[in-house]
Amino acid sequence: MKSPSPLRAAFRQALGEAWAGGAGVLLPIGFFAGAAMLVPFTVGSEASQLSSIGTGILWVALALASLVSMERVFQADLEDGVLELWAQEETPLFLVAAAKIIAHWLVSGLPLVLLTPPIGIALQVDPGALVPAMLAYGLGGLAFFLWGGVAGALAASVARGGLLISLLALPLFVPTAIFGALATIEGPGGPSLLFLSATTLFALSIAPFAASAALRLAVD
Amino acid sequence: MIRAFANPHRFMALSRWLAPVCLGVGALLMLWSVWQGLWVVPQDDYQGGDIMRAMFIHVPSAWLAMASYMGLAATSLVWFVWRHELADMAAKSIAPLGAAYTALCLATGSIWGKPTWGTWWLWDDARMMSVLVMFFLFLGYMALRAAMETRQKAARAGAILAMVGAVNVPLIKFSVDIWSSIHQDASVLRLDGPAMPPVYLTPLLIGGLAHMIFFAGLTMMLMRAEVWGRRGDVLIARKLSGS
Amino acid sequence: MAENAAMMHEFLIKAAGLGAIRGERVLFSDLSLEVKAGEALVLRGANGAGKSTLLRMLGGLSRPDAGAVERPARHHWIGHRNGLKPHETPRAHLSHWGRVWGSNADAREIARQMGIERPFDVAGRLLSAGQKRRTAVARLLLADRPLWLLDEPFSALDTQGRVLVTDLIDEHRASGGAVIAALHGDAPFQASGEVQL
Repeated sequence: MKSPSPLRAAFRQALGEAWAGGAGVLLPIGFFAGAAMLVPFTVGSEASQLSSIGTGILWVALALASLVSMERVFQADLEDGVLELWAQEETPLFLVAAAKIIAHWLVSGLPLVLLTPPIGIALQVDPGALVPAMLAYGLGGLAFFLWGGVAGALAASVARGGLLISLLALPLFVPTAIFGALATIEGPGGPSLLFLSATTLFALSIAPFAASAALRLAVD
Repeated sequence: MIRAFANPHRFMALSRWLAPVCLGVGALLMLWSVWQGLWVVPQDDYQGGDIMRAMFIHVPSAWLAMASYMGLAATSLVWFVWRHELADMAAKSIAPLGAAYTALCLATGSIWGKPTWGTWWLWDDARMMSVLVMFFLFLGYMALRAAMETRQKAARAGAILAMVGAVNVPLIKFSVDIWSSIHQDASVLRLDGPAMPPVYLTPLLIGGLAHMIFFAGLTMMLMRAEVWGRRGDVLIARKLSGS
Repeated sequence: MAENAAMMHEFLIKAAGLGAIRGERVLFSDLSLEVKAGEALVLRGANGAGKSTLLRMLGGLSRPDAGAVERPARHHWIGHRNGLKPHETPRAHLSHWGRVWGSNADAREIARQMGIERPFDVAGRLLSAGQKRRTAVARLLLADRPLWLLDEPFSALDTQGRVLVTDLIDEHRASGGAVIAALHGDAPFQASGEVQL
């Protein structure tokens, strides 16, 4: 008899951790908005120029902001001893890892997506295009969090592993960044949105297993 | 313990002579292909004049860059499934060589690119971009191994990362191809196999073979160093535990 | 279910020919043990001798470098780390793991038994080391599992806490359970066997 209740408990714990733990919801938001704010200062405030790169800036900011709090997601569990409890449970560890990553994305990733329209408008992007683009930012952000989660799990036992996580995750962000940026330019109905969805599904099918293998290594 | 070192024993006996032979033969062939490329083959104006002679380093290094990532993924898989110590030593040794070859490929590519494209770096070229991503994968692999406490953990973490990278490489390649095809058809450096005159092709293929043999020799040398390093660690550990 | 599985085998856990290598150091080799219902095995050894490593292998956290572990019974784990999160109260901790294990036990009743009723709603980071330890030990009472793997269960506990945990271990053994504990002090309970590392 297997009920999904252990998994629900894992998800609930991860949500609580994401809210209350060091990760928080404000840190990625602050980073996201701050990084986007810096752009007009560096490339100039000309509206035509900003509007042509605005959606791309949002992608870069989203990719970087998704890594900000990734260091603590699994490291905290490792230090508390929670990870070694989960590793001895009958619930498959990859499901627990997936629950943790998705909970973390809900708390620190989804708010960034909700922020893309106001920041995009500030960057002179056509407001009509920004609302449908949120779907692409949401899908892409989830893939960023999934690969970031693999990197975070690999670096869980490394002190000050933040930089290492970025180095490990950024190459894996390339397909999502490419299809995501194309999808926001094409708008809904373009083929790139489908490619982006496929890329995210691919991440969803690989990352939890890789993360759980890395977590078994971390608790060993 | 004895079982774990049984195979390295055979490897050490074999590589003792095979590694220097590979290095020597590889270096000789490499010199020959470079000599052919730089002085013997005629200049080809279509490919940018004399600068196309960079091809005799650039193309083999691109081949080796690809091959070394495949080698890294394969040895990691072998280690992960069978926990064969030599496979891990091979993976650890391939990584810095692969990084060096990707760097060499990028450097010669941009030197070649300057006169032909008019710029050091052309973001539109899909192959250069893929190699650049691969360079970062190698860097990440080495950084992760270095950050782990013990060599067993380094081996496990490295294997997981190399396999995750390996399943992603086709996707990365595909996405970069699509992206560059939208920006511009990247055909500047295309080497059309049959269209290439044999006067270029022969030194190029020999050059590729030379780098492969040289690469194998270097890998074996690094693996030998690794075996010696581990033997040293065992001696130190024995001294520490006083037995 | 776990009880049935335990009855089918004579033992609750059995390890044969275990070996552990850390870095290049052999911590132990060819170590075998077997624990049956009602027994309590104590793991002893100096710091770094491999007590925790052995316990982690028995719990399935570490892969043995040699040998194998057979564990037909389900087990509880009290590790060196308590598993309590800084923002988690004892109430949240016990109800969380209660949910994971499908337990119907009353968390407050268990807290009362463990003497952590007063800080029941205080966040983990504000608890004393002893209160955190008691919270971790309280997990043992959430679900009935035959085998307990305990890493220094008495650490950070006061005299009363030690008596409490000793009583728990005795009761557990009397009702057909078994305990494996890594200790460096004297065992306050009657050990049925000892592994010296």
